[in-house]
This record gives sequence, C-alpha cells and structure tokens, in this order.
Amino acid sequence: MSWLLRPLAEQAAALRTGQVTSTALVEEALGRIAQLDGALGAFLRVTVDLARRQAAEADRRLAVEGEGAPDLCGIPVAIKDVLCTEGVETTAASRILAGFVPPYTATAVRRLAEAGAVSLGKCNCDEFAMGSSTENSAYQLTRNPHAPDRVPGGSSGGSAAAVAAGLAPAALGTDTGGSIRQPAALCGVVGFKPTYGRVSRYGLIAFASSLDQVGPFTRTGGDAARIYRTIAGPDPRDATCSPRPVEDPMPTLELGLEGLRLGVPAEYVASGLEPGVQRVFEAACQRLVAAGAQLEPVSLPSTRYALAAYYVIAPAEASSNLARMDGLRFGPGRPGAVTLREQLEGARHLGFGPEVRRRIMLGTYALSRGYYDAYYRRAQQVRTLVAQDFHRAFAGVDAIIAPTSPTVAFRLGERLSDPLAMYQSDVLTVPFSLAGVPAASVPAGLADGLPVGLQVAAPAFADAHCLRVARGVERALGVAEPPDLARRAAP
Amino acid sequence: MSPNPATIDLARAVERWEPVIGLEVHAQCTTRSKMFCGCRADYAGLAPNTNTCPTCLGLPGALPVANGEAIRMTVLTGLALQSQIPPRSKFDRKNYFYPDLPKGYQISQFDLPLCVGGWLEFEVAGVERAVRITRVHLEEDAGKLVHPAELHRADFSLVDLNRAGVPLMEIVGEPDLRSPQEARAYLVALRQLLLYLGVCDGNMEEGSLRCDANISLRPRGTEALGARTEVKNLNSFRILQRALEQEVLRQAARLEAGETLHPETRGWSEAEATTVAQRSKEEADDYRYFPDPDLPPIVLEPAFVDALRGELPELPRARALRLRQTHGLSAEEARQLTQLPGEADYFERTVSAGAPATLAANWQVNELAGLCQRAHRTVESSGLPPERLAALLHLVDSRAVSAPTAKELLAEAIASGADPADLVEVRGLRQVSDEGALAEAVDRSIAAQPKAARDYQAGNDRALGALVGQVMAATRGRADARIVTRLLQARLPRDPGP
Repeated sequence: MSWLLRPLAEQAAALRTGQVTSTALVEEALGRIAQLDGALGAFLRVTVDLARRQAAEADRRLAVEGEGAPDLCGIPVAIKDVLCTEGVETTAASRILAGFVPPYTATAVRRLAEAGAVSLGKCNCDEFAMGSSTENSAYQLTRNPHAPDRVPGGSSGGSAAAVAAGLAPAALGTDTGGSIRQPAALCGVVGFKPTYGRVSRYGLIAFASSLDQVGPFTRTGGDAARIYRTIAGPDPRDATCSPRPVEDPMPTLELGLEGLRLGVPAEYVASGLEPGVQRVFEAACQRLVAAGAQLEPVSLPSTRYALAAYYVIAPAEASSNLARMDGLRFGPGRPGAVTLREQLEGARHLGFGPEVRRRIMLGTYALSRGYYDAYYRRAQQVRTLVAQDFHRAFAGVDAIIAPTSPTVAFRLGERLSDPLAMYQSDVLTVPFSLAGVPAASVPAGLADGLPVGLQVAAPAFADAHCLRVARGVERALGVAEPPDLARRAAP
Repeated sequence: MSPNPATIDLARAVERWEPVIGLEVHAQCTTRSKMFCGCRADYAGLAPNTNTCPTCLGLPGALPVANGEAIRMTVLTGLALQSQIPPRSKFDRKNYFYPDLPKGYQISQFDLPLCVGGWLEFEVAGVERAVRITRVHLEEDAGKLVHPAELHRADFSLVDLNRAGVPLMEIVGEPDLRSPQEARAYLVALRQLLLYLGVCDGNMEEGSLRCDANISLRPRGTEALGARTEVKNLNSFRILQRALEQEVLRQAARLEAGETLHPETRGWSEAEATTVAQRSKEEADDYRYFPDPDLPPIVLEPAFVDALRGELPELPRARALRLRQTHGLSAEEARQLTQLPGEADYFERTVSAGAPATLAANWQVNELAGLCQRAHRTVESSGLPPERLAALLHLVDSRAVSAPTAKELLAEAIASGADPADLVEVRGLRQVSDEGALAEAVDRSIAAQPKAARDYQAGNDRALGALVGQVMAATRGRADARIVTRLLQARLPRDPGP
C-alpha cells in the first residue's frame, strides 16, 4: 500500500527509520496528482519546485534531528487556497484575487512549515469559501473521488477530495458553517473544526470573521489530532485567538468510548435526513453502544433558527470583509477604468461570482440603517440562544453526536440554481459553528456506495476530548483505514 | 440673488443672530506604533507607502490587533476631560469605499466609546467658559491622497498609506460655543491639554491635530437650533476663527434674505477666503456600523482606570493657579508660562535653581520666548539649561551684570550654546558699580558735552541721556546706569525751581 494512505504515525516512523524519505513521499504525491488530479480537480496550483525543496530540507532535518524532529517533518500536506502563502499565488478561488501573491504566510500554514511539513500546493474551494459544493470556484470543478459525477462538498472540497483520493495524507481547510465537516463527510475522510479561537486566523482570507476556523482533513482521527496540535495555539497576530495553552490530544486519544455519555439531538434525527443517511447513522449508534458508550437524547431547541441566523451573520461580515477587494492594490482590477467609481464597480463586477455577489448584497442589506435591528442584532440574539442550548446540553453529556450532512454527495449542478437547497446542506453543521464549539466529522459508513459522516462535538476548548471521542467513534465503526479511493477515481 | 455676505458686518450679524458651534477634533496619538499593527505611528519624512505592512495595507487575511498604549492615552484624555470611562467598550467597523481606506471600512467606535461625557473649562478674554464633551473615541486614521492633477494636469491620483492606521482620538464637543472667538479659545485649550497629557504633538500644520466645526445660527433669544453646516478641515486656529466668521456672515445673509438653510458640508478655501460647498447632506450616509469581529471587546478594569487617574499630570489651569499662588506671578504671566508644559517646567526649574520667581517669569516671557521663537526652538531645546538662566539672573539681580548686557548674553547663549555667566567672567563684563571708579568717566562725559550739561541744568531731562550714554560707552556698557545717573545728577545741580 502507498505510504501516503497510511496513518501519519506510520509515515513518521518510516521517515525516521529511513524506510522512506520525504522526497520519496513527495514524489509519490506529485505523481499521483499528475496521474489523477486532471480528472479530480482538487488542486488549483501544485507547487512542485517548492515541494521538492521543502522535502529535501525535511530529509536533511530528519537526518540531523532524528527522533527529535517534529512528527510532521517530511509529511506532504495540501492547503486550501483561502490561506495565504508567501510567494505563492493565493486566490480564494476568486477572479478578483487572480495574480495575488501574498507577502506573508498564514499562521497555520507557517506552523506546519516550521514543523517540517511539505506543502504540495493550493486546493480548490468555493469562491471565498462561500458554498457547499466547491462549484462556486471561479476556476474549476472538483469531483467527488467516490463518484465523479458528484460534488465533493464545500467549501473546502478540494482539500477533502485531495485527502480522499490519496493525493495528500493531510490537508488544511477552513470551516465557517460546515466547510470542513460537510466535505469530509461527503468524501469519506476525517475533518475537524477546532474551537473558535483555537487556531489563528491570521492569513486566512476572511469570509465571516466571527465563525471562520482553520482545521485539518485527514484519513484518521489520530492524524487529525497531529495536525491540530501543530497548528493550534495562541498567536499575537490574531486578537480573537485564545491565549490558553493547547491541551495535547495525543495522550488521551486512544481512551475509547467506554462509559462516555453521548448526546443525540432529537431535533437533528427527526427531520430532513435522507433515508440512507438515517440508516447509516442509526447503525452507527448501535455500534457506539456496543463499544461502551451511553446514548442519551438531548434537546437543542434553538437550532431550528440557527441556519437563518447564520445566513444573516455570515453574509453581513462577508459584505464588510470583502470590501477590501477593490482592485486598487491587488487583483486584476478594471482595465481601462477612467473614474474611481468605474474602477471599484468594474473590479467587483468582473471579479466576484454570483454567489459571492448574492451574499454581499444580503449582508449589506442586513446591516443597513433601519434593518440592522431586525436582522443583524436579531441574528446575534439567536446565536446567543444557540450557544446556551449547547451549554445546557453539555452539562449532561460528554459529547454530542449527529449526522454531518442530511444527504450524501449530490450531483454536480443539482443545487446550483437553488441557493436555498444549497444552504440546507449546512443545516446540521451550522449550529456548532454559531456556538463556536469543536466538531469533527468521521466516516460512518456508506449509503448506496456514498460516504456518510458522523459529527462529534464537545464543549468549547475541549478539543482534545472531541478528538478522543472522534477517534473512539472511528475505531468503533471500523472505518479507520479507508480504501485506496484513487484507484476508483482514476479514469 | 442673495446679498454679498461681505457687506454684512459681523458685529451686526451676531447682534441679531446667535451662532451655535460645536467642534469635532481629531488628534493623532503619539504612540510608537500604529493602531492595529506594528508600523510606526510617526510617518513624517518617509517615502510614500514605505511605512506599511499587510495589516495597514488591508491585504486579504491580515488582521488587526489593538494598540494598548493608544487605548491608555485615550482613557487618560477622557479622565482629564472629566469623562466617564465605561467598563466595556468595543471597536466597530464604519463601512465606506474610498481609495485612502484600504480595507473598505474604518475601524472606529460607534455606540460604546472609551470615554463618555465630561467638559473642558477655558477662558475667553478673561471670562470663564466650559464646553461639555459628548464623547472621546479611538479610531484609525486613513491614508492620504495626492492629486498630481493640481500641479501637473495628471488624470490620476496617488495613494500614500503611510498614515493609514495611525491611532486617532476623536474628541466630540457639545454645541456649547457661541462665537468664532470662543471656538478658537476652546481649541487652544484642548490642544494645550493634549500637550500636557503627552498624547498628541498638537501639530495642526502637519495634521496631527485636525478640526471640523458644526455651526448654525438662531435668532437671539430663541432656543430652537437652525440648520447646521459642517465645515471641514479647519487646520489652524486662524482658519478656524475666520471660517466660522465667514460662515456667520454667509448664513446671516441667507437668513436675512428669507432663505431656508439646509444641512450641508463645506470646506475652507484659502484662495477665496471663505467656505465653499462640498456636498449636500441630504442623502444621509449609511456606514453600516457593526462590531468588528476581529477585535474582542475592550474591558477596562476599575483598577486600570484608577491607576491612570493617578498618572494624570498637573493640568494647565491648575498649574497656572499654583504658579500665581506660589510665586506671586500675574495672571498673564502664569497664563503665558503654562501654554506648554515644557515652558512651565523650565520656569520652575529656573526658580528652583535659585532665580527670583518674578525675574525668572519676566525674562522667560519677555526675552527668552522671543529668542527661542526666532530660532525655531522651544525653551527646552534652546540649548540654555534653566540652571544657566538662573545663574545669569542671579548676576542681574545682584546688579553684577547690567540688564542690557544680560540680554545680549542671552541672545548669544541661544545662538551658540555658551554659558552666559561664564561669558561675564571671561570677558570681564561684570557691572561697574564702584562710584569712585565711575567718577572719572562721569567727569569726562561732562567735560566732553558741556552743552548737554547746561541743557540738563536748564531743565531739559532728556539731555541727561547723552551724558549717561557716553559713560556707558566709555565703560563698554558695564557701568551701572542708575549709579551713573545719580552721580551726574549730583555733579549738575539744578537751580531750585520757582
């Protein structure tokens, strides 16, 4: 089996014993990308030269530091294109940022690099992370490795697909309302959204600042924990990043589910799930009980308003965050513009796709004088109620489990003309985002041959605990080692 | 056609119309770094766009981190203005597009400013006045636009973001001012306060202190406010007063012509020496303020605020009062010496170095201040330490040096950095007060100018000056003029008058 498909711990061990080199891992990854990504579309940009340089450097470092080298040293990773990388074009999958080469690197990416991880390139996503299918990318479609006629989910669809297809053993994504967990579920990999404020947002091109969070895609829960502990932690460049020290998830990771009380929100199981998703989730629940967990119903009554509140708050923040995209300092701008107004309007009209424009208009409206109280303020009140729901629920259980997505991967184009149907993809992930709590999606099984994800959430800053439960679920469900999907995805 | 405003006399206008004026003052904080990034706050003399980073350029993904020192300075200012300091404050985004605003929004404060309420007391022509303060909040400055078109007929403008993100306090006053002169006095007092607090360098020419004014007129004796004009960029005391005077004349002329005034924004035109319309305020701006999600709320612990209150320096009015009481200065001397905190410090150091207070005040206000101004320096940077001034004044006070000599030495000390008391010794400039030593020179002066002597004796007082002058010249200015005068008077007795 390819080294790339094995757990990071095994790759790390092999790198230290000399069974494999970082250069070999990276060459294998580059080879698979060359072979498979033409059809898959996971990468917007593959930084071949940079990856080779970093791999050679990692091999030198492993030779010098040996066991003392960080556990990610020499491991190839892929980066969602909303994370800034110094010297490497970063577009957020938008035309308005075409040609933008940041003069600095996002903190999460920098921490991976400092640990010796090798960046393979930048992954496709929905434009400015707005979407649930990656179809809103201005540049290309990404296909689901399990079914090429279906979406990989979104917005971090490229990162999810890259990991699922074995092009990279790990990838960074970002999650605002489900943009890590939903594509992880749809692509059958592990995705983890840490507590809001646990990973620095510095260098993350903002969609909705109060919700955005960076997190990993991996093939196992243990791998997610390794990436998480490398990227998490205080950052003086992000005022919303918590100063609390990070609890290392590794010592508790394999403690299992025995005796844990897992809350199942009545509201989530009751309505709107596809029958196949429902069946996989119920079967998974039985196996969790068999593994020693206690399942208890919990109630999150305010979550029925969560999606509506999210689609006020996130566009409102986005309308302001994207105001800096004026074509004056970066991006193609509006060639031939004579007046300032032509420049601003032209650059934005040419640069933004329809979904981004829709959200800017929604957000601008929600913040307008006379509507602020009815929309933005109201939505923030709902957000508080949602957070209180979780706080109450976590008083009685150790973690909450739920399906990640109400459906399996849908067909390309199926929801493009129906934004509300697309927004419904986030209905089970958004409440956790509004509450700011850590949440992972773990593969739970297949429905009609397509992956179904199970979501695991824990109280804020109990990220290590969340990862332990996710790992426990993964072991109980026995899908810790996904098959080599690349073979199926190959043309 | 409205009548030409210039034809209406200001005095007549304000007899009938009462101006109602409020000022909004923007003061750049003298922090080391910008409000939300590590770039320098002092951008003077730097090449365009060199004092920038991803954050103040508004690059995608860059984040702001609030400058604690700027928050401290703003709270200190609020405390000096008797403001309330609420325990919770926050930053909000003010959204609008403009090329000098790289993020498309300005980080400012909307409904929870750092400082609420308060007042500033000041004097106008010897009358005590006070203006209530609405609020003091903290925000970031924008960049600057450079319009080469004005110089070179270019069809583009340039953006310099060196200033973008510099901490800016906005001090909003209530419309409590009732004349352009009062408005000027208020701004003078506010600037003085900021300089005492060390939170702003007060340089209006370079824009570190900027002023906008709201002004409306109402018939004297009525309460309702008229439509107000906002006059922007009044960036010197003189322009503030002149622009407001022009606005009084303009509005009065309109009102007297029976017109209805509408709210508008105007700016001062130096070329036309009047205010000119900038834009109508009819379409109200919607800045879509909302809390900045990149910045956590500001929590000000009572202990922090109390500690800051303890750091408040002695403020100008308290200091002037103390100088009068402790040193017996006149109100005018105390006022002059407290205009800048450095001047009052200099005075007090001169006194504590042994100079008599009234002499020190007199010399600093009447001699040193003028010399420094001509040399474009302050007393602190004059090169003359207060201890040296004290030593010189000691010589003056003990009549060891004549006042004219001392003035010359003072000028030389400012020019060259020399110690004036040293020069007295090196050059042998000690005043000659010995009557025996002066008697010979007096006799020679009388002998050389017999006509002057006769004229004096005949009753012409002015003739004595020529005789004194010759003695002074003969002694190279060192003679004690009072003794010379006395000796001459004794030698040239007058007939007792009828």
